[in-house]
Amino acid sequence: MPVIVKPDKCTGCETCLDSCPFDAIEFKDGKAYINEYCNACMTCLPVCPEGAIIETEPGTRNMEHRQEIADYKDVLIFAEQREGKVASVSYELLGIGKKLSNELDTQLIAALLGAGEPEARELIKWGADKVLLCSDSGLERFNDDAYSGVLAQVINEYKPSIVLAGATPIGRSFIPRVAAKLRTGLTADCTSLEIDKETKNLLQIRPAFGGNIMATIVCPDYRPQMATVRPRVMKRGEYDENRRGEIVHVKVENPVSRTKVLEFVKEVSGISVNLHEADIIVAGGRGIGGEKGYKMLEEFAEALGGSVGASRAAVDEGWIPYSHQVGQTGKTVNPKVYIACGISGAVQHLVGMQSSDIIIAINKNPEAPIFNVATFGLVGDLFEIIPLLTKKIREAKGL
Amino acid sequence: MNIIVCIKQVPDTAEIRINPETNTLMREGVPSIINPFDLHAIEAGIRIREQLGGKVTVLTMGPPQAETSLREAVAMGADEAALLSDKAFAGSDTWATSYTLAQAIKKLGSDIVFCGKQAIDGDTAQVGPETAEFLDIPHISYVKKIEEVTDNTIRVQRLMDEGYDIVESSLPVLLTVVRELNQPRMPSLKGKMAAKKAEIKKMGITDIEADENSLGLKGSPTQVRKIFAPEIKAERKMIEGTPEEQVDNLIKELREIKCL
Ligand SMILES: Cc1cc2nc3c(=O)[nH]c(=O)nc-3n(C[C@H](O)[C@H](O)[C@H](O)COP(=O)(O)OP(=O)(O)OC[C@H]3O[C@@H](n4cnc5c(N)ncnc54)[C@H](O)[C@@H]3O)c2cc1C
Ligand SMILES: Cc1cc2nc3c(=O)[nH]c(=O)nc-3n(C[C@H](O)[C@H](O)[C@H](O)COP(=O)(O)OP(=O)(O)OC[C@H]3O[C@@H](n4cnc5c(N)ncnc54)[C@H](O)[C@@H]3O)c2cc1C
Ligand code: SF4
Ligand code: SF4
Repeated sequence: MPVIVKPDKCTGCETCLDSCPFDAIEFKDGKAYINEYCNACMTCLPVCPEGAIIETEPGTRNMEHRQEIADYKDVLIFAEQREGKVASVSYELLGIGKKLSNELDTQLIAALLGAGEPEARELIKWGADKVLLCSDSGLERFNDDAYSGVLAQVINEYKPSIVLAGATPIGRSFIPRVAAKLRTGLTADCTSLEIDKETKNLLQIRPAFGGNIMATIVCPDYRPQMATVRPRVMKRGEYDENRRGEIVHVKVENPVSRTKVLEFVKEVSGISVNLHEADIIVAGGRGIGGEKGYKMLEEFAEALGGSVGASRAAVDEGWIPYSHQVGQTGKTVNPKVYIACGISGAVQHLVGMQSSDIIIAINKNPEAPIFNVATFGLVGDLFEIIPLLTKKIREAKGL
Repeated sequence: MNIIVCIKQVPDTAEIRINPETNTLMREGVPSIINPFDLHAIEAGIRIREQLGGKVTVLTMGPPQAETSLREAVAMGADEAALLSDKAFAGSDTWATSYTLAQAIKKLGSDIVFCGKQAIDGDTAQVGPETAEFLDIPHISYVKKIEEVTDNTIRVQRLMDEGYDIVESSLPVLLTVVRELNQPRMPSLKGKMAAKKAEIKKMGITDIEADENSLGLKGSPTQVRKIFAPEIKAERKMIEGTPEEQVDNLIKELREIKCL
């Protein structure tokens, strides 16, 4: 085991017991003992008041697969596009990618699949030094097999040290396949990325356990270091109309795919369900009382220029479709403003929205837990407040 | 039709908190449950068997006590259960977990593999697609409806940001499912009896012909380096008064933050 308890130092105080996220600390004969489930995460070391827990053999990991790490240099981002237009998360990736590549003194490369040169030039203006463009018509639509094949191919050729993609439905679906192909690590849904000053490794920070904890993940012995990045968390870089960069046309042999998209069906609801990219989300819970309440919410969202979200209770009642559900078994969102209307604030709901910049809660129960995470709280009847708010917002906007 | 459903035993994360002073998890008395998404995967597997025949095998990798989750799945209606448990598997990240699951699935044989969209503890949503890659079969994520299954093809609806795709695939295939797919059934009395008697197939390192260097902590490219509590931000401000006053004050605040 890379981490052990020195029995002569351990007083059996049990302080360390709960500290292990992997349940790897046991008690035997009144002393702590670390079992095989230890992930060497080092969380328990500083917890022990006696200093009894120590790291035995730093870096006893699997070194046989250790590649020529020095060969891997640049930062590569996967520039997601939909219907030929670069998605906004791609510009955010260029923002953080630039920061990392400056720190490492390397190039920032963007891989763009299934779009044209004008979009590639946009990526350069937003910070890319080089764009690997694959305009094959078979890539215009997202497809797991074809996308993972092409991305793995360019990574093998250009050997970036870091690969970033958006933690969108597309990125989270096919990037794991790429990591599996390349035999390297992938960190999910990162909210912060830094370079370790000493080792130059990428420190990947992400929420886990339903947002209740944060974890720092590293991938020291394999390259590239891959991560998906939560949309709307990273800042875009600077736009420079005159920035120059290189566009490289990538050729692929007829991208093959074993799955086929027959049709794309846009949600019929009048208001966008693209909650991942919304600046403002107006969400309704059981308190909205029915489909009529939902209509009222839609009008409110429309006046604000926002999207509509929902609690599971409102979805289960059949008032709002599942695609609007926010929370542990729905979507994770982080808009600038989240307005919770008639939502009590159960943990399973909170984990999906508590990273929003500003949270406004409207609820008739002053004790509702949603107020604990709210920036602004309004205690009252939403059937009075919302129509009034909608009216005044329209007036304010001159609608 | 051979259907394999991958399930994970997880702590009920709703009850997990971190001690802000020591930065450690407080998990005392937190119950273990089947990952909620995986219940929908089990249900989907049973429905296909009911329609086309065949068998549903539930598979989990975990410590010996994960057996209780397998028995719960049998109580719902799964035919067989397999537990991948070996000291060598401990400490796996998603790469090593997927590799190990794929080795076991190759042994068990499958036409359709089901996974949940995401486990509520690790929260990565990576095990499904990575497992498909190791099996060298296609996968479809976020399945919200199964439109048609035949002996060699499947057509499903895949949830996307602004609607859904209708996707067709040949078999074998791996699907990851969301909650909208179905309503998982409760265990029947007969199922509970079957669960008590069910034989759990135990699989260890020698049963799956795995490369030792690809397993567990040693085979995992990612390492968890630190765990800490999320920042809790901004204190709240209650906006009081008559509804009229509340609305006016809120609009003022919205202007301030440039939302209006
Ligand atoms: C495994 C699991 C996963 C789950 N996943 C999710 C998930 O992804 N997302 C999710 O949201 N939930 C999820 N839940 C459910 C969650 O636990 C709660 O049951 C749910 O969020 C409650 O929804 P609600 O707040 O709308 O309803 P309630 O808790 O019933 O709250 C309704 C609120 O409306 C207020 N109200 C009523 N009338 C008015 C009025 N006229 N004016 C103002 N306020 C009013 C009430 O005071 C109350 O606070 C999950 C549960 C489990 C067990
Ligand atoms: C705080 C923390 C952060 C972590 N971050 C990362 C990370 O960024 N990258 C990484 O590679 N690893 C990470 N890990 C390790 C990862 O959680 C484990 O590898 C875990 O076994 C599988 O990942 P998951 O829980 O995210 O499952 P998911 O990929 O979210 O699970 C999806 C589905 O796969 C199936 N499945 C998952 N695990 C099993 C299993 N053991 N048996 C059967 N079926 C299963 C289920 O059907 C499940 O619904 C992290 C662990 C912790 C504690
Ligand atoms: S905290 Fe230290 S002294 Fe206390 S039980 Fe754990 S190892 Fe022993
Ligand atoms: S190093 Fe991490 S995984 Fe190992 S015993 Fe300590 S806390 Fe648990």
